[in-house]
Amino acid sequence: MLRDITLGQYYQTESVIHRLDPRVKLLGTILFFISLFCFKNPVGYAIAIIFLAVVIFLSKVPFLFMVRGMKAIIFLMVFTSLVNLFATKGDAVLSFWKITITRQGIIMAITIAVRISLLIIGSSIMTLTTTPNHLTDGMEKGLRFLKVIKVPVHEIAMMMSIALRFIPILLEETDKIMKAQLARGADLESGNVFKRVKAMVPILVPLFISAFRRANDLATAMEARCYHGGDGRTKMKPLKYQKRDAVAYVILAVYLLVSIFLGRLWIFDIM
Amino acid sequence: MEIVKAKDVVFEYIRRDDEGEVVGITTAVDHVNLGIEKGDFIAILGHNGSGKSTLAKHFNAILVPEEGSVIVDGIDTAESERIWDIRQNAGMVFQNPDNQIIGQVVEEDVGFGPENIGVPTEEIWERVEKSLKAVGMYEFRKNSPNRLSGGQKQRISIAGVLAMKPKCIILDEPTAMLDPKGRKEVLEAVHELNKKEGVTVILITHYMEEVIDADKVFVMDAGKVVMQGTPRQIFSLVDDLKSLRLDVPQVTLLAYELKKRGVNLPDGILTTDELVENLLSLKRN
Repeated sequence: MLRDITLGQYYQTESVIHRLDPRVKLLGTILFFISLFCFKNPVGYAIAIIFLAVVIFLSKVPFLFMVRGMKAIIFLMVFTSLVNLFATKGDAVLSFWKITITRQGIIMAITIAVRISLLIIGSSIMTLTTTPNHLTDGMEKGLRFLKVIKVPVHEIAMMMSIALRFIPILLEETDKIMKAQLARGADLESGNVFKRVKAMVPILVPLFISAFRRANDLATAMEARCYHGGDGRTKMKPLKYQKRDAVAYVILAVYLLVSIFLGRLWIFDIM
Repeated sequence: MEIVKAKDVVFEYIRRDDEGEVVGITTAVDHVNLGIEKGDFIAILGHNGSGKSTLAKHFNAILVPEEGSVIVDGIDTAESERIWDIRQNAGMVFQNPDNQIIGQVVEEDVGFGPENIGVPTEEIWERVEKSLKAVGMYEFRKNSPNRLSGGQKQRISIAGVLAMKPKCIILDEPTAMLDPKGRKEVLEAVHELNKKEGVTVILITHYMEEVIDADKVFVMDAGKVVMQGTPRQIFSLVDDLKSLRLDVPQVTLLAYELKKRGVNLPDGILTTDELVENLLSLKRN
């Protein structure tokens, strides 16, 4: 199941969206999310869907590839929709035994389902078209203003990129430890859930010890190479805005204005 | 001119229990005096726990001595405000190739050091290119370090240090986790840097074969420098080395045993060719 989640995966291809500055994509995603929570009527969602469809088309990432990533989250979506369907009070449409389904409940359930899918697809667009490296660079530079309120932006970005670098190494290590424990007769596969979780302990303990040791080594190595935080640091690959980034910002602004204006206009209200 | 000078250096590891009470003190470096000349290839030998790695960490101010002083290129390592100058002058390569590569792409990792010391962008690219070419890894610059062999990763680490334009490179058992091929690659790269770029090299190791080509060898035991001299001088003292739990290269040992049995050979033979040469000349006479 873990393998199915496309969220956080990069899809290698050439497209306008891929070439956009990561800051544009980061800010765009955040603003897109905000817009989704502003809508009060279906017109807003329709515009958001059209906007997203155009972006997906431009990104050249196959739509099916993106949808595959949603499989893992379908349960969450169905669950929240059902809760909303039964728990929303209003004009009853259908009622049997103790359960009443209201018109408002149906609308709410659909809204939630649409909203969650848009959120997931919207964020996967960003991660599918941006390399993790670019993303951390974009975060570091795009969110630099947060430094004013003492958010250690550079440090967070550095931690993210180190974490990304060590994922394959730790996976390999996990595999090694698993094999070593299996060779000593560890049983990881049989038994109920609790038994299997318990069987993970002899794998996790050495893994954690080794991770801490690696972290210590890496910190020494970084200090030996003069790392002393973000101050006075230059960039080998600095981010520079291009013309297309400006165009993207304009399109984004237009989308925001139009969708939120129409999405909140009372004449389209259906509630 | 001496680039690294250690004067009466003492460093202790203090072990404490849960309450913070001192339960034991290990003197890892015990009154060490040594001087390293600029441009030399130096080897520091010793078995595990002899204090060689602890001493090495003093050369770029990762550790600061408790007594005595370490002076690197005219700067005392105890001057904490000049710590970045010291670390730029004396780069360090560590044992585990995986735990010292920061970048997700080879060229980014090599650029990490220059980025930290605030080198302008264009110059970083020049330095990265030059350093990668110097260790013969230029064609791998766009690769992910995870896909490289151990020897290649260590060469990347050396390039990363080199990109900071250090005057001296300290390698702390760089080949301990490598296969013979990787060891050879790394040593060749290091020797080349020493000869072509004139970088002072301090190689810490317990492999005797790696020491043969050094200009000077220091042997450490229990935190003290117990022997120093050229490889030839050191390896002629086979019995002393054995008492320090160190091996000598196979050829040297063979020559030594032959000599003990009455074959007329000179002391401290280091290479197979040398031994063959000497044996042939014996036969001719």
